[in-house]
Amino acid sequence: MLWYIGRRLLQLIPVFFGATLLIYLMVFAMPGDPIAALFGDHPPAPAVIEQIRHEYHLDQPVIVQYLLWIGGVFKGDFGTTFTGQPVSAAMAQAFPITARLAVLALLFEGVIGILVGLWAGLRKGGILDNGALFVSLLLISVPTFVIGFVAQYLFGIKWHIIRTTVSSAAPWDELIVPALVLASVSLANILRLTRASVAENVGADFVRTATAKGLGRRRVIGVHILRNSLIPVVTYLGTDLGNLMVGAIVTEGIFNIHGVGGTVYRAVQTGDGPTVVSFVAIMVIIFMLANLLVDLLYAVLDPRIRYAK
Amino acid sequence: MPSNRHIERYVAPIEETPVAAVDAVDETQKASSVWLDAWKDMRGRWLTWVCLVLIVVIVVVALVPGLFTGMNPAGSSCNLGKSLDPPSAGHPFGFNKQGCDVYTRILYGTRSSLIVGLVATVLATLIGAVIGAIAGYYGGWLDSVVSRLGDIFFAIPTVLGAIVVMQVVPWGRNAITLAITLAVFGWPQVARIMRGAVLSSKQADFVTASTALGVSRGRNLLRHVVPNSLAPVIVIATVSLGTFIVAEATLSFLGVGLPPETVSWGVDISDAQAVIRVAPNLLFYPAAALAVTVLSFLLLGDVVRDALDPKARARR
Repeated sequence: MLWYIGRRLLQLIPVFFGATLLIYLMVFAMPGDPIAALFGDHPPAPAVIEQIRHEYHLDQPVIVQYLLWIGGVFKGDFGTTFTGQPVSAAMAQAFPITARLAVLALLFEGVIGILVGLWAGLRKGGILDNGALFVSLLLISVPTFVIGFVAQYLFGIKWHIIRTTVSSAAPWDELIVPALVLASVSLANILRLTRASVAENVGADFVRTATAKGLGRRRVIGVHILRNSLIPVVTYLGTDLGNLMVGAIVTEGIFNIHGVGGTVYRAVQTGDGPTVVSFVAIMVIIFMLANLLVDLLYAVLDPRIRYAK
Repeated sequence: MPSNRHIERYVAPIEETPVAAVDAVDETQKASSVWLDAWKDMRGRWLTWVCLVLIVVIVVVALVPGLFTGMNPAGSSCNLGKSLDPPSAGHPFGFNKQGCDVYTRILYGTRSSLIVGLVATVLATLIGAVIGAIAGYYGGWLDSVVSRLGDIFFAIPTVLGAIVVMQVVPWGRNAITLAITLAVFGWPQVARIMRGAVLSSKQADFVTASTALGVSRGRNLLRHVVPNSLAPVIVIATVSLGTFIVAEATLSFLGVGLPPETVSWGVDISDAQAVIRVAPNLLFYPAAALAVTVLSFLLLGDVVRDALDPKARARR
């Protein structure tokens, strides 16, 4: 297992530098002089411009700037937005809110998706199975932002169950509906994956063996069927995190949540490129680390992965 | 009872014997293939036909939207006096805020969604399939380099990457740039699948046989390995068409996709948000059009997957 972790970490290194460099280069392709944009119609003295260029390392070659930036990232310093606020401070402010939203969303998609998927898979062809399949297809084909609008309209405007926008403190209870919206597509996918995989495993030889040696139904389902059925679900979770991040941008934008996604949403709306890029870069880093975690979890669930070459 | 021991048999000289006679294969029968088998399975399912009919209708609407409506989606046909009017005769879906006919806008909006989806899918599939096939077939350092390159792009979620790119190139906010951007971040998925399929099919006996017959490596790849590795790629292409269409709508909603003056479902849904209290129908129709389109491709992908997988066929 240790060897496996080490190998995965080594593989992450080139990907980490490649992906961050790619995003960094994209910032550089950004048209216009950022300093001119900073001052608008009244450009400062050339010496001041020089001073600022030097401060932000804009007078260095791109690759040096990238190395300086990535060096800062390792020290927890993600640079400064052109409005003067450190990116890390903006991130620190926004992160706890998004973390709460993500925890709720993961909880919903994990618990509801797996439980309903398990139930549907065990009773394949039943009313619940067909109903669950239909609803999940609907959720998959409708974009998250439409689901968000509908939820906001129904719960907030029509029935007055929730506030249409979340307050800036974003307590847990106000995040329930946004988290459901955020979780909806992934929930549907997890449900379908679990269902298909459970339905396949129910007839497997190891399940028949487990039943034949007298294990209770509860243990057969919980340990033998579920653990084996969760393998594709865990694989899905890795790529799904990317969807969740995009979903967070959309959901936090709709419900005006001041989290990471909401910050990106507002930055996109106002054309604040540097903030978009630095936040997306951080999201990509988190995505990579989370994928590493998922790979490790996968190895725990499925010993075959660990021992494969 | 006469013994048949003495019946005279005529045996042709071996060089005159057709191969068909030797191993008793009916030469007139059409050769079966994975694709033929899959199609035979697919055509027996009603879901296939529902999806195909829907897709044909969607494509026709995208090509000639004027066939189904006499109005323009924007400009002269819009009448601000009819802003947000409910449905009436000849205007089954009502009017939007600018007083344009919603039905007409949905018909004309089909094109942008479909162009983005199709171009992105074709590009991502082509790039992914070529790179994946080369990586899987030739292996070695080429495989390592290409696979790590794919990992880099794979590490950036497609829509996140597209947000950054579209933010950086505001002059490029059109369907083709958007499609190329989505493909740039979408190809590694296809490449991974193609590489895996090529890795397993290059070891098949028929490839060894054709190598033994003196077929060159490159020809082997094109004639035998690639055609036998395409099945999973076709499935992922069908499914990703749907996801690319959703991605376009999401980006347009965020304001970094197609420009607001474009007639597209994403733009219309985004506009509908502002007037959702008074006219929820403005949200419903473009969203429904989008959902039906995405669903047709997703379900077709499911059907193709089932048809190409003999195990799934046996289970049904």
